[in-house]
Amino acid sequence: MKVFIYPTNSLILSDLVERFGHEPLAVMQEISKRVNTPGLDSPPMNITPEDPKIGLKYAAVEVPSGVRGRMALNGPLISKAEAAIIVRDPVVSFGCMGCARTNELVNFLIRAKKIPILDLNYPSSEEEAKEFVYRISQFLKSLGQEEKK
Amino acid sequence: MDNITKMIVINSSKVLPSDVVIKLYESNADVMIKETCFGVMVSGERSVVDKLLFETRKIDPYGIFIKERGFAPGEPNRCRATRRGGARPGFHMLETEERILPQIAQGLRALDKGEIPPQKMKKKKLELEKLKEIIMKAEVS
Repeated sequence: MKVFIYPTNSLILSDLVERFGHEPLAVMQEISKRVNTPGLDSPPMNITPEDPKIGLKYAAVEVPSGVRGRMALNGPLISKAEAAIIVRDPVVSFGCMGCARTNELVNFLIRAKKIPILDLNYPSSEEEAKEFVYRISQFLKSLGQEEKK
Repeated sequence: MDNITKMIVINSSKVLPSDVVIKLYESNADVMIKETCFGVMVSGERSVVDKLLFETRKIDPYGIFIKERGFAPGEPNRCRATRRGGARPGFHMLETEERILPQIAQGLRALDKGEIPPQKMKKKKLELEKLKEIIMKAEVS
């Protein structure tokens, strides 16, 4: 099953989803498609003026082009998602991937899609980490059973 | 041909990036390998890379974490050498998550042992009747 992860570039979530036999939908795949196609128009990520237009599918025209450009990366992943694992308010969302409006929109769209969602917090202790891994494994196992049905 | 790059982040007391690199070279697979401070980057055809890294993970299942990377190793638009130094974009995310990797490894060990973490007691919300009672008592005094 294709599982959307948020933060969209998370190492831990991407690894755990793959480890438990599903396909993680991470933003790296979309970036890879852009930078590996011949002809790099706008380095480093090759986000061209066409991308905010693609983003119009998800956000209105008066929304900043930065949000629409980011949605051109995240949108296709959301539309492919069959399930999602979301970490609530990750600290890193304040940094490199820190467009608060895009993050809100991504969370809204994934919730509006009515697919199985697991909400979690990043662990801060060993006990929390055990629960974090256990809940993810149970969620992904349940997805496997749903797929068999 | 679908080419991908995957990064192996190593957080182990038993395995070093150089050990993983040697194992990867031993496989003789048609991939590009780059050793880094945090682990290894492997670039090549998707089916080859996936198969190779599935085997590599077995060296230390609790210390090796893998994710896909958009850029190929040494990509001039991303590499610090051609960007006049500074943190590589994506480094901060990696740094933040690497701090909790030992705890995640403990979680994976516990899962393999079959440990079930105890359910946390949820805090009950204050009932309306009880709140009214408290207000009434406060008003009287």
